[in-house]
Amino acid sequence: MSETTNTNTIKHTRLGRNKWGYIFLVPFFVTFLVFSLWPLIQTIYFSFFTKYTTQMFEEVEEFCGLKNYKEIFSADTMRLFFNTFVLWIIGFVPQILVSLLLASWFANNRLRIRASGFFKTVIYLPNLIMAIAFGMIFYLMFARSGPLFHLFENLGFITGDYDFWAHVGSTRILISSINFLMWFGNTTILLMAGIMGINDSLFEAAEVDGASQFQVFRKITLPILKPILVYVMITSLIGGIQMFDVPQIITKGMGNPAGRDIFKTSQPAIKTVIMQLSASISKSNNYGSAGALSVVLLIVTGILSFFVYLSMVHRDDNDK
Amino acid sequence: MATTELLTNKQKPQYEVKKSMSMAAIKVIAYIVLVLLSILCLVWFYLLIINATRSHAEINTKFAFLPGKSLISNWKKMNSSSLNFMRGLINSAIIALSSSILTVYFSMMTAFAIHAYRFPGRKFFYVFILAIMMIPTQVTSLGFYNMIVNTFNMKNNYLPLILPSIAAPVTFFYIIQYMRSNLPMSLVEAARIDGAMEVGILNRIVLPLMRPALAVQLIFAFVGSWNNYYMPALLINEPKKRTLPILIYSLRSAAEKDKDLGVQYLSMTIAVLPVIVVYLIFARYIVGGVALGGVKE
Repeated sequence: MSETTNTNTIKHTRLGRNKWGYIFLVPFFVTFLVFSLWPLIQTIYFSFFTKYTTQMFEEVEEFCGLKNYKEIFSADTMRLFFNTFVLWIIGFVPQILVSLLLASWFANNRLRIRASGFFKTVIYLPNLIMAIAFGMIFYLMFARSGPLFHLFENLGFITGDYDFWAHVGSTRILISSINFLMWFGNTTILLMAGIMGINDSLFEAAEVDGASQFQVFRKITLPILKPILVYVMITSLIGGIQMFDVPQIITKGMGNPAGRDIFKTSQPAIKTVIMQLSASISKSNNYGSAGALSVVLLIVTGILSFFVYLSMVHRDDNDK
Repeated sequence: MATTELLTNKQKPQYEVKKSMSMAAIKVIAYIVLVLLSILCLVWFYLLIINATRSHAEINTKFAFLPGKSLISNWKKMNSSSLNFMRGLINSAIIALSSSILTVYFSMMTAFAIHAYRFPGRKFFYVFILAIMMIPTQVTSLGFYNMIVNTFNMKNNYLPLILPSIAAPVTFFYIIQYMRSNLPMSLVEAARIDGAMEVGILNRIVLPLMRPALAVQLIFAFVGSWNNYYMPALLINEPKKRTLPILIYSLRSAAEKDKDLGVQYLSMTIAVLPVIVVYLIFARYIVGGVALGGVKE
């Protein structure tokens, strides 16, 4: 459309008005260079160095090659990835199942759910709540003196000496429940947009042919939704890797409680990758291993993002 | 399920009845599930507010569904405590407001640059911005922390928390999508013929037309900054400059003897409530905005 820009009338510079394209890009790219790209280069640089304090209390940096990267593959660090993955998957499985169910109900013309606007508003609400506050609310509610602790005790589900936050299993389930609550509304809305895009005549044809609700879902809805499901899963995985706020506040940054240790490492069972990264940066000044961890995270996110890109390209093909 | 196959005319009416019955059954189940999930989403905020009105002793001894009478005493105790939540509210508001305005304005400017002008490298810049969209801030946080703290010596300064929001690839992406379908280039051309400057066109023609998209993105950016804990926690340690998420974390690590549960619940209510209120006012547009992001083209 803008090819028709009056390049004929402006001959004094080659670009003419279009030079404003570059000018308007300056703020974005200067900000990106200063606050993202340069820090990224520094992060990569640090990942090849090890820092230690000499007997004279001098800080010395020394090139150490790939030593920091080798440590990533030690049982201690792999445990962090495992912990993070477990927290993610416990929340994600119910999230995707519930979202699929809700989205298919909302989008079903014959079901005609009333007040669907109200329900959508309510289920999306937790997504906007400060994750760290959500974690603290859960911590207080399920703590020994908390309201829900009392409720469960009164109902006879637990005895007075039980402690939700002293067991790995219950702590994991509660943390993942927060993730579930925060994200199932978002996923429902994304899937709904996908289901709404399916041509109604497909559903009608299936009905004429006498297909059951379940068959319609299996044979029509699910295959068409596949690219969106891939998109939801991978973006959720990228978000899951960054899990930090909730386990950080619930375990006071320690990653306790210590549970049965299948890895035979010193890492506690609730400590996530980013909890370790944050502690290395602020507390122990362990820049080398923090750098290597960051680079590995970048690579993992990069690969996952590539799959997002592929799923989006695939979706475009379906549209055309 | 067997009835769904090979229907004869004789079977059909019977099948229709069965079908509408099963539809009614699904409908009942759907409402039950929806109501239960809604309760699951809302009960936390209800309990949060209820317990903000109860005293420490009341909260400690039993569960209650109805509010208590200690709201005012909790409020007074909160304001005299060392964790100053009202100050935190102002700090968070300053950071969240300025960074969300920067995000939205400069994302619009970047989107306009890509959308309205033709210049060498345009396609490259567009693809580049999309490519960096997924990079988590945590990945660059080590270098960022080192630069801010060791190079610029700017710990406890809000600028490092505000300025990076100028480059917001996700917001850019939403806005350029909206721009493609809602900004007629003929209007831009007309303004040019009237002798308007390019910056003037951006501010006086594009900005008003983009208002619905900008408003939704402003809310998202505001909430994102308001709720952000990771970066502020690394960069802010001066008590007066703490933001709400940092203060909430301090509640968790406060010494056992300083803990007053009523005050804790009230403090968290203050941190969470503003976002809930803004959300409930603009919910329709926000939920619509989320759906828009789902159908990426």
